[in-house]
Amino acid sequence: MDKIKSLADLKKKRDAIQGSLNLRENGDNSESMIQIKVAMATCGIAAGAKQVMETLIEQCSSKKIDAVVTQTGCMGYCYAEPTVEITKPGQDPIVFGHVSVEKAKELVEKYILNNEMVEGIIPQNYQSIDK
Amino acid sequence: MANYKYHILICGGTGCRASKSGEIVQNFKNILKQENLDNEIQVITTGCFGFCEKGPIVKILPDNTFYTQVKPEDCEEIVKEHFIKGRKVTRLLYTDPEKKEHVSDSKHMNFYKKQMRIALRNCGFINPENIDEYIARDGYAALAKVLEQNDPQATIDIIKKSGLRGRGGGGFPTGLKWEIASKNPADQKYIICNADEGDPGAFMDRSILEGDPHSIIEAMTIGGFCIGATKGLVYIRAEYPLAIQRLQIAIEQAREYGLLGKDLLGSGFDFDLELRYGAGAFVCGEETALIHSMEGQRGEPTFKPPFPAQEGYLKKPSNVNNVETFANIPVIINKGWEWFSSIGTEKSKGTKVFALAGQINNVGLIEVPMGITLREVIFEIGGGIKNGKKFKAVQTGGPSGGCLTEEFLDTPIDYDNLIAAGSMMGSGGMIVMDETSCMPAVARFYLDFTCEESCGKCSPCRVGNKRLCELLDKITSGKGTMEDLENIKNLSQVIKDTALCGLGQTSPNPVLSTISHFWDEYVAHVVDKKCPAGQCKALKQYIIDPEKCKGCTACARNCPVGAIKGTVKNPHEINQELCIKCGTCQAKCKFGAISVQ
Repeated sequence: MDKIKSLADLKKKRDAIQGSLNLRENGDNSESMIQIKVAMATCGIAAGAKQVMETLIEQCSSKKIDAVVTQTGCMGYCYAEPTVEITKPGQDPIVFGHVSVEKAKELVEKYILNNEMVEGIIPQNYQSIDK
Repeated sequence: MANYKYHILICGGTGCRASKSGEIVQNFKNILKQENLDNEIQVITTGCFGFCEKGPIVKILPDNTFYTQVKPEDCEEIVKEHFIKGRKVTRLLYTDPEKKEHVSDSKHMNFYKKQMRIALRNCGFINPENIDEYIARDGYAALAKVLEQNDPQATIDIIKKSGLRGRGGGGFPTGLKWEIASKNPADQKYIICNADEGDPGAFMDRSILEGDPHSIIEAMTIGGFCIGATKGLVYIRAEYPLAIQRLQIAIEQAREYGLLGKDLLGSGFDFDLELRYGAGAFVCGEETALIHSMEGQRGEPTFKPPFPAQEGYLKKPSNVNNVETFANIPVIINKGWEWFSSIGTEKSKGTKVFALAGQINNVGLIEVPMGITLREVIFEIGGGIKNGKKFKAVQTGGPSGGCLTEEFLDTPIDYDNLIAAGSMMGSGGMIVMDETSCMPAVARFYLDFTCEESCGKCSPCRVGNKRLCELLDKITSGKGTMEDLENIKNLSQVIKDTALCGLGQTSPNPVLSTISHFWDEYVAHVVDKKCPAGQCKALKQYIIDPEKCKGCTACARNCPVGAIKGTVKNPHEINQELCIKCGTCQAKCKFGAISVQ
């Protein structure tokens, strides 16, 4: 194991390992983060939600986006699987349907980073009880 | 590096380990491997979450799901439901005792809402056996900053301005203590960590050492640099094997990284740590007794001055701080004294860790800002009194403290307010008592403890406490007189004024505070020969109500001493002289005819 010989060494070490704790830090401050939920019920998984979730996690960490990616159960839009719900802090959640791996990348690039709207929004037709 | 989707944090504190959290970790690892999820889900053993009442705790991130009382056989269900199907396992979620609803994540638990975790910042968050996780949370950054500045006095000034006071009980300003030690020139000085934690019911020091050992190593190194000590000693009780083990691992890792040893971070400053084991004597929490014990002598206190800062370990200037005090240091340096002193009350800054115990719903470890009220701690965080009973008193400061009654529930908690109320902060034990607690018996219980722990060096403590205990025995067995009560008060005052060290000077506190708050209860024991709480065995009387008794003979058949007489279908009677007050008759009576008076 290399010794830490200076402040610069320590910082380098910290930066190298900080990523591994991001998931926990983000969970702790989830209100101030972008929350991405991937519907992972049977229908979602069959349509490729697993790969989509992996892509989203990968994209968020490589682009250093403060986001919490979690899985949820079936959102009910089985005709449009895989579905992904994105909630930016202080905004209403938006659900996207037919999210392929390619589409997931587009969502990160356009909607999350550039605030552009992307096609494929499923109109919200329910009210959530915890509001 | 694998991209984990989930982290499973499992409490590896002493409490949860005793209820098989080690097995839970193994089960999770095995099942995840079988399901091919071990690259997606990381399993981490952490320190204490504080919610010991409902251990073992399993927390899942990033969604903050908080599973309580998890058993090793529940792991499979959690993996299959939570991770594979994305549904929370409702039956394992924490249930709000008032609303009777499941709480889906820790952010919605009253227990955590009012807490502010500084000393416990990493407990239940990082793996204490992995130095990297500590570094990732800005660990050793404070040390690096201090060493780079290379100005011990500037660092001491930061600690002084922060207003940090000793968390072991005395509340002496930490910065000032360091300054005094730094000004005594010597060829060798020592910085000592007091991890003796003898207060019954308090376990914050153990939890910090188990959950975040590196914070203590870092803080001691900073302290060493400030006072000019190149050697640190941790005095830890041998009854804390897990804390010792984690601390040893942490010291090894710090040495491997060069964060302990020679020329730390290229500054030219050398520092290393050693452990010293204590045999678990209460008096060794007193700094002079602690130092004697470390030197291999009897753990007895000596008169101060000379203070340890002048003549301490091996007659060299030494500085003793408590574990929790040290745990605050790196954060103060990283975030600044202004930030720290903005928390708390005028004279007590920052937060305090309390160990909640006794008749309270959420037994556990909490950290709250100074100035919070007892009501918030007991009823909001602590979830109120067990079984819907009424609050009677809370003992703070352990055997050296006093009890506080309902009238103090809204007093902001800080060092000075607690002393003004006749108690003290102590190390932060908080034992909550309900209406069924008998106060003279509680006072006697604590006094029994101090008698046992008295080192015997000075007579006020050795003889005085013994006599005091005997007087209380008289009261609780119904043989006391009003004169005894006066004697108790006088003797307590004499012990307080004349004992050599803190142990003796504070030992009558529980007696004095219960006498002043619950005088009526003492008088009831003496004059009416009754124990209002129904706890004192000698004063209990089991009585059969002849109206309700059906003469079924169940009580008479089960009485172990044959004290109940009566014939079938006729009311029975208890012979009070033979009765040993075991309560068997009451438990066996199907008609509720037997009551205690």
